Amino acid sequence: MSAAGPSQGANCAPSGGSAAAPAASVGVVATALLRGAALAAVLALSACASTPGRPYDPFEASNRVMYAINEPLDKHIAKPIAQAWVDYVPTFVQKAVSNYVNNIDDLFSGVNGLLQGKLDKAGNDFGRVLINTGFGLAGLIDIASDAGIPRGGEDFGQTFGFWGIPQGPYLFIPLWGPTTVRDGTGTILRFVWSPTTEIPDVALRNVIYGLGAIDLRAQALGATSLLEQASLDPYTFVRRAYLQRRQFEVYDGNPPPEKDED
Amino acid sequence: MAFPLDIARGLATLAFAVVASAAAAQEAPDAMVKRVAQEVLQIINTDPKVAAGDQQRIREVVETKLLPNFDFERITALAMGRNWRQATPEQQKQLVEQFRQLLVRTYSGALTQYRNQTMDYKPMRGDAAATEVTVRTEVVRQGGQAPVPIDYSMAKGPAGWKVYDVIVGGVSLVTNYRDEFNEQIKNGGVDNLIKTLTAKNQGTPAK
Repeated sequence: MSAAGPSQGANCAPSGGSAAAPAASVGVVATALLRGAALAAVLALSACASTPGRPYDPFEASNRVMYAINEPLDKHIAKPIAQAWVDYVPTFVQKAVSNYVNNIDDLFSGVNGLLQGKLDKAGNDFGRVLINTGFGLAGLIDIASDAGIPRGGEDFGQTFGFWGIPQGPYLFIPLWGPTTVRDGTGTILRFVWSPTTEIPDVALRNVIYGLGAIDLRAQALGATSLLEQASLDPYTFVRRAYLQRRQFEVYDGNPPPEKDED
Repeated sequence: MAFPLDIARGLATLAFAVVASAAAAQEAPDAMVKRVAQEVLQIINTDPKVAAGDQQRIREVVETKLLPNFDFERITALAMGRNWRQATPEQQKQLVEQFRQLLVRTYSGALTQYRNQTMDYKPMRGDAAATEVTVRTEVVRQGGQAPVPIDYSMAKGPAGWKVYDVIVGGVSLVTNYRDEFNEQIKNGGVDNLIKTLTAKNQGTPAK
């Protein structure tokens, strides 16, 4: 563990005193990440200005509309495609697509490991990327996992959290799912800075994006039936599970105990 | 002559019950989690009825193997948060029963997903004399995927160690249901929550 511990990141801080701390670390991150992080900070801080009701979900009404829009889209389009992908596409093709996406995630995990001073993790991730890109056909084969090098699993959202930037409002995006202003900004950065954008052939690039999206949905196929079974209100259930999960990831598996809140 | 015999038999049963509960109380919580998990995994991997998706058999496994190790009253009270004390004893009883049923259904639905999974049991941290512990386990996954941590929050009571929260990949069951319960209570009180839980358990889609 590095010396600088992550600070509370799930909620907007209501008190005036704590606003200075995120702002200071915003400076650190912004210099490192230039415009992207500044954008994230502005979004996150401005979003904290309006928080009646549930502080972490000020846009609940519109989020619920998005959730309702997502359901038929997912049920009739995304899920069947993902299911067909799993059922009919040869396993080695599925694996290659997963590996390609994971390889890029590993690259960003390495960058974010560095940004949080987690040098061990960053070393593993960059080692993985070198091995898999160099010897594993541009990441289509995951040799590094066979060699036992673990994935860091870091991303920009976690880096923002590590440096004390709060989650900002919760958002539900149709065909994407749960996110927050902070994590969503991180996701956008991950896509605009992805090496895939450098592929000159537009058609190939779009195929890669498409397959990546199918792969992502396919990973979550088992989860939906469980959600239906377990939840009284799936929207609330997904929201709390997402926020808990992200808090857990920001703290590398050791989040502080949750307060009893509404 | 029948009377003393009955007493003797009664005493013997009582003695057996005391011994059994003493044994349960002495079993360390991490040893208990490991034993129960291995028993259940063994059944999932070998029982032909479970493999065939026989819901009744799966539910039976959950009821007899898993549930005795959960403290449902505490789980329900924690998920209710401060609403718990506003509920009448009768409401509390119904809540515990309905929530228990919901978790049985959920666990039964998820159980077969653990087929051919390997569990890793982490060494327990903390004081040996503690009455509240967290037992850490991991589901090992194939192909370089990160393992899924499953933690059990457990407390020691008169009947031995009982689970009062399960945390899967950082998502606490109790915390997740607290939001759900709060929402139902906000929209119509404790009775509304009981109504929703009951409807859910009876398979009528909640509107």
